[in-house]
Amino acid sequence: MKLILEKRQEHSQAMAYLSPVIAIALTVVIGGIIFALRGLNPFEALFIYFIEPVTTLWSLEELAVKAAPLVLIGVGLAICFTANVWNIGAEGQLTAGALLGSAIPILFTGWQSPLTLVAMLVLGAVGGALFAAIPALLKNRFGANEILTSLMLVYVAQLLLDWLVRGPWRDPKGFNFPKSVTFEDWQLLPTFGDGRVHLGAVFAVIAALVLAVVMARTLKGFEVRVIGNAPRAGAFAGFSRNKMVLFCFLLSGGLAGLAGICEVAGPGGHLQPNVSPGYGFTAIIVAFLGRLNPVGVLFAGVLLGISYLGGEAAQVTLGISDKMAQVFQGMLLFFILACDTLILYRIKLLFGSQLRQVPAE
Amino acid sequence: MTTKSVKTGTAASVDYLLEARNIVKKFGDFAANDDVTLKLVPGEIHALLGENGAGKSTLVKIIYGSLQPTSGELRWMDTVTVVANPAAARKLGIGMVFQHFSLFEALTVAENIALAMPDDVDLAELSDRIAKVSVEYGLPLEPTALVADLSVGERQRIEIVRCLLQEPRLLIMDEPTAVLTPQEADQLFVTLNRLAGEGCAVLYISHRLEEVKQLCHDATILRHGKVVAQVDPQKETAASLARLMVGADVHSIKAQKAAKAKSPVLEISDLSLPADGPFGVALKNIQLDVCEGEIVAIAGVAGNGQSEFFDVLSGERRCLTEDAVKISGAACGTAGVTARRQMSAAFVPEERLGHGAVPGFMLSENVILTRHSSDGGMARGGFINQTAARDINTRVTERFDVRKAKADPEARPLSGGNLQKFVVGRELDRNPKVLVVNQPTWGVDAGAAALIRQALIDLARSGACVLVISQDLDEIFEVSDRIAVISRGELSQAYPAGDLTLEQIGLMMAGAHETGGGQSREAVA
Repeated sequence: MKLILEKRQEHSQAMAYLSPVIAIALTVVIGGIIFALRGLNPFEALFIYFIEPVTTLWSLEELAVKAAPLVLIGVGLAICFTANVWNIGAEGQLTAGALLGSAIPILFTGWQSPLTLVAMLVLGAVGGALFAAIPALLKNRFGANEILTSLMLVYVAQLLLDWLVRGPWRDPKGFNFPKSVTFEDWQLLPTFGDGRVHLGAVFAVIAALVLAVVMARTLKGFEVRVIGNAPRAGAFAGFSRNKMVLFCFLLSGGLAGLAGICEVAGPGGHLQPNVSPGYGFTAIIVAFLGRLNPVGVLFAGVLLGISYLGGEAAQVTLGISDKMAQVFQGMLLFFILACDTLILYRIKLLFGSQLRQVPAE
Repeated sequence: MTTKSVKTGTAASVDYLLEARNIVKKFGDFAANDDVTLKLVPGEIHALLGENGAGKSTLVKIIYGSLQPTSGELRWMDTVTVVANPAAARKLGIGMVFQHFSLFEALTVAENIALAMPDDVDLAELSDRIAKVSVEYGLPLEPTALVADLSVGERQRIEIVRCLLQEPRLLIMDEPTAVLTPQEADQLFVTLNRLAGEGCAVLYISHRLEEVKQLCHDATILRHGKVVAQVDPQKETAASLARLMVGADVHSIKAQKAAKAKSPVLEISDLSLPADGPFGVALKNIQLDVCEGEIVAIAGVAGNGQSEFFDVLSGERRCLTEDAVKISGAACGTAGVTARRQMSAAFVPEERLGHGAVPGFMLSENVILTRHSSDGGMARGGFINQTAARDINTRVTERFDVRKAKADPEARPLSGGNLQKFVVGRELDRNPKVLVVNQPTWGVDAGAAALIRQALIDLARSGACVLVISQDLDEIFEVSDRIAVISRGELSQAYPAGDLTLEQIGLMMAGAHETGGGQSREAVA
């Protein structure tokens, strides 16, 4: 018996949707095995990890808080990856957005008006977009690989933030803790429910729906898909690859920056050295799990949000490291990329009789 | 060993080298091969003829192991065999030279061949073997040459030598002469005859009926996935073969003379452009006017600046000066491709998949590709009118007889001829005033080629100006009113087609009109 991959004539629509399901199933199975090896009851551990976080209203609200930045960043990255533009530095753009947006409450502590919040959000998005423009321009001007430049700029942004909150932007009344002044009133996002779900969740849903329409119905969305699929045909259609690179980075950087300022003006309420538990990187998985489709990203964001919550829950209840969340996220990305092979290929089993006369590989 | 001894010698042990028996291959409900039987004798050159979409590629892919038949069996030397993949085919002794071969331009000949070998090889030893085999079979090839510096014909030799190194018993050649000059083709025939003489069978796929007559011992003709005839091509005429292929007399082309030349619509003056990268060709001071109602053809050997010339006419590359290209009197040398389409110009590039069409997109989406912003526009206010795109697709595929398995398939699975009919039809459907088309019938079957050529003539007769860039001299003489020749980025004057002989064009293709060349333009005309 032998297993072979056979190329399909057209790509399989069904597999495009089935692939994430298979990947999730494989992740859960392997995760269960890992739990079992740790001496835990795999079923109980998986229940605590994946099911319990969505059983109470409190945790559902917490899930919305976690999923919002993942979706906001993930939809932007989905557009990038569709166009074959590889922005890996959303974490840095998130940080840059949080930084620039926070400049308002930190430098103009007394300014309190609805405009304060608007200015913060706009500056957040602008900060992320400008920071993302750097790898775009480097690519267009010098042909520098955007994967490397965008990734390396993450550390630049994080170190800049670190320096600011330990130095010039440190709260003078903050007992020397590395954090900024605490934001108040119009410097904070309005919240819903019992006060943790914030406007960022609304932005995330709006961004996903708007981009879904853009991708499905507009010429811009068509342009993104053509350039990602066949750059030469894109040039023949009159679309500019360089402009597309810039567009993708500005869009995804802006959304990441918006997610960044929402983190600071939402759950945080002040600037500190860590503004995100790696949302910018996890959003890469969200984009792929969501099939690079904005609506799909909405669901994928929720799922990856659960993995963060599960990680926290497992730490408390099972006493295992919250790094387990990253293990799950890594496995998920690995399996989904592997399963995506099945969109263009099918697995075929050759049995004894069919194998006869075929020289072994 | 002589041919005869091989044939009789093997005939005693096996009747046929390869038998494909009752092969059926279905894609959904569409039978690409429907009960096809093909038998190959050692030492014969066997032609596989058929229009695009007739099922030739499918059959060959099954033999070479890249597809598995839905039913039917392959017998290799009288034993039932499953060829699981191309590697298994190569182990059996089946070699294949693809129409679109893929080589690494930045590597040498020997390095490219080494990459395709199943095991690790010593490069120096391999180079010796390459040199030996290439001399032996009259395929001159320098193992240390960079592929980027080689012509298409030389690149094809790499592929052939690669197959020969594995000592094949069956060599499959897919449209091998499509990319060759007549001299290179003759050289190839010598090699193939010699191989056949040594007992190797050759399965030869071609649209060029004359060369099939000249070269092949036997021919199997496919139509709509079925075998319609097995004939001795020596005893047939090109016309009778064509009739078998298309099932009716091939539509002969009506090329009435154009009315007296009128005002120029497409004007190209003093067009120069530096080479784009180390492998590009620089364009030098090109002058050409194309008038309404006429077809001007650009002849030339591939790689002499045709694709650069096409790109600069379509606007994918911009000219340095605005006046270098004018459409209907308006300068547009620095305008992009969309702006030129809005001036009622249309373009058909050489490469169908990946340039003229996006492989993974449905045909209706590929309609949007070139028509999103011209002719009323399918993208009003940024939104795409998908109904309009589907209507155009239906209209184009009906008018140009594009055969497909469903109403709106992806571009990728379409055969070359069918996709070309779509790509040309998509532009003709706009009724453009200017049409620039690069290699309109490259790798396309006789039926589709006739349809496309007739459509080009009809367009010109309706008042448009048509510029055809082609390597196929038969095609050029068939359609054109005037002919110019491009060689190393320089374009000759355009001469009336009736005033030129093949020999004169051959001289110009060899560079007679070049400013640095020995002969003056007058010597040619």
